[in-house]
Amino acid sequence: MAKLTAVKAVICYAYRVYFGLNPKPTQIPVHFSIQNILFLLVAVAGFGLFAWQARKIRANILVGRDRDMSGHVNERLWKTLLVAFGQQKMFKRLTPAFLHLIVYVGFIVINIEVIEIMVDGLFGTHRFLQFLGPLYSALTGTNEVLGALVVLAVVAFWWRRNASVVRRFTGPELRAWPKLDANVILYVEVILMAALFTMNAADLKLHQLEGKVLPGAFPVSSLLTGLFPDNLTALAVLERVGWWAHIVGILLFLNYLPSSKHFHIIMAFPNVFYSRLVPQGQFSNVESITHEVKAMMDPSYEVPAPATNPDGSALAPTPFGAKDVDDLAWTNLLSAYSCTECGRCTSVCPANLTGKLLSPRKIIMDTRDRVEEKYNSPLIFHPSLYGPEAKHNPQEQLDKENHTLLRGYVTPEELWACTTCNACVEACPVNINPLESIVEMRRFLVLEESAAPNSLNVMFSNIENNGAPWAFSPSDRFNWADDLFVTEKAPVTA
Amino acid sequence: MAEQTAKRPVSVPLMADLAARGESPEILFWVGCAGAFDDRYKRVTRAFVRILEHVGVSYAVLGMEESCTGDPAKRAGNEFLFQMQAMTNIATLNGYGIKKVVTACPHCFNTIKNEYPALGGEFEVIHHSTFLQQLINEGKVTAKGGESFKGRRITFHDSCYLGRANNIYEAPREVLEVLDADLLEMKRCKTNGLCCGAGGAQMWKDAEPGKKEINVERTEEALATLDGDADVLLNLQGVESTAPVLPAGSNRGGSVIAVACPFCMTMMADGVKNKERESDVQVFDLAELIASAEGLNA
Repeated sequence: MAKLTAVKAVICYAYRVYFGLNPKPTQIPVHFSIQNILFLLVAVAGFGLFAWQARKIRANILVGRDRDMSGHVNERLWKTLLVAFGQQKMFKRLTPAFLHLIVYVGFIVINIEVIEIMVDGLFGTHRFLQFLGPLYSALTGTNEVLGALVVLAVVAFWWRRNASVVRRFTGPELRAWPKLDANVILYVEVILMAALFTMNAADLKLHQLEGKVLPGAFPVSSLLTGLFPDNLTALAVLERVGWWAHIVGILLFLNYLPSSKHFHIIMAFPNVFYSRLVPQGQFSNVESITHEVKAMMDPSYEVPAPATNPDGSALAPTPFGAKDVDDLAWTNLLSAYSCTECGRCTSVCPANLTGKLLSPRKIIMDTRDRVEEKYNSPLIFHPSLYGPEAKHNPQEQLDKENHTLLRGYVTPEELWACTTCNACVEACPVNINPLESIVEMRRFLVLEESAAPNSLNVMFSNIENNGAPWAFSPSDRFNWADDLFVTEKAPVTA
Repeated sequence: MAEQTAKRPVSVPLMADLAARGESPEILFWVGCAGAFDDRYKRVTRAFVRILEHVGVSYAVLGMEESCTGDPAKRAGNEFLFQMQAMTNIATLNGYGIKKVVTACPHCFNTIKNEYPALGGEFEVIHHSTFLQQLINEGKVTAKGGESFKGRRITFHDSCYLGRANNIYEAPREVLEVLDADLLEMKRCKTNGLCCGAGGAQMWKDAEPGKKEINVERTEEALATLDGDADVLLNLQGVESTAPVLPAGSNRGGSVIAVACPFCMTMMADGVKNKERESDVQVFDLAELIASAEGLNA
């Protein structure tokens, strides 16, 4: 019986701590000041700058070739729900999946509080969501627990990345900017959480010292109040510092995103939505070639008139395959912006595993760097920040003619090492398809430059002449059936 | 019930002959270039024909009218050559009014099934692993009366163009189930299967400079799985999960690496040779295992 009472008491205590000591809604304090005008300016500047950057990125993506992605909306939405929202493919590797899930859920839930910060900032309210009563306590309590878990997850991430425990966080393409960027993201996340806890703990202690009750539940900050001064003014300043650091940090981080692999928190969703629905083994058909081949086989076949500019003039001829970023489909460029450089693709690539130069991750990163070099670069990142040590062929970069995605960034040696096994495609948590870009560049090498390795040219001519990739005579094709016997089994009849 | 056996010569029916007689077979067996020319894979073609003859399904082959599907050309970027091959083959197949194609090559399978429709070739295409699975399910093949695989260790190597490319993972495994053997999965299997190294036209060229051949890496994994060698499995690259628990011991007598693709066959057999394990590990195609278990080899 005593045991039961104790259990009850613990549950009641947990309930009160979690859902707040004062479930009654109180008057929301309003104190409009110069801070609110300042906040309006900061918010407009932050979101405006992000919109300006987003337009640049959008323009970069749209330099890619047109590809009709309409239709199959339900199928696409369902996939987005599973793979992007549901993190389905992350769970192929459990440890990083759980760590990532914490940060992902933390990001989504804590951002609800950002709505409150925005309203408070604009209208001079203080914790305006407190009208939610017990729900507000649930929200703030959850935020605090998630915030603490995020800090722990980020520490684990930092250790995994920097203590060389995970092979895929090494590699030539992860030097210079990408290496710095990955750590900057982790540091910013810790700073944001620190700001959140500073704000909450200072606010909590301020209220305690003034004998007032702060609406909300603060299971983590209540443990931290001891670290804070007893001076009311200092506490009020600290609360403001935490508040401003949190929101300014978020706005700065938002504008950092387009320069960072962290952009995947936005771009992963459209990328999964627009990812391929056909079997992975199906490579795209080149329609212009279909017309040529049909016309060759049937002289009466009428090749449809080529598309023209609006004024009727002929369009510039598009090459077969891809030499530069504008020869790839826009979806390939969208993918480049959703890559989070996790390296799952490279870590399962048979060529990379056996020491070849090919790294699917590098091809995706090269695509993004090249499109930003040729077109718009975001606020912070510029391709020159991506150190030349990550490039395989610094000499060739000097050659202007060849300073394109193919050769300037991705060498034929990398492309020819691919076994088209689709392991990279299968591994990508956000459905990026490096194989598409590899095949497009192979097409350019073969069809525009006749630059296939010699042994493959031999294979091509064997197919042309013998109908088989090996040098066998077509007349021997049926020889396998010679002297063929089968053991016939029949029940013994009496 | 007692059985008597007899050796019967097989005359493989040619599509042209059937058409001349106004007949149409239930299935067209697409042999593929490896199946027709590669000495090792010709044995798979012959084993599969024995199974077709044994179950009495009506079938035909194109013989000399067959030509490369164009798969290696397409993977290597030669779209022009691919489409020439594809349209020639489509014209042949459509000319005979073919509806259903069965092939033992995952590359031919993938190309005809996925890439021919855009060029006017709509067929029902079945890989021989799925076809064999159907025969087993229908009770037409029991894998009895021939060589016994009971207690022997078999590990199946997924072909990329069957697995990831077309999501066929279970059919070959169900075919192997019927052998009553000791089936072991490699760490990198099914969606995580490691390529043999031959896809994407690699079959016809030397590998780029590196520190290892892909088929050696894969064969090492297969051998370690068959041997139950946990140390080797732990040191394999590219896998973050821990090693599976394997029965200890060195049951090395007559273990089998099962494949379902001519290129995997070549690569794995070369790998076994490279590791000097030909004496106790053999590489077989599913059709060979079934034909031999069914006692059809003559």
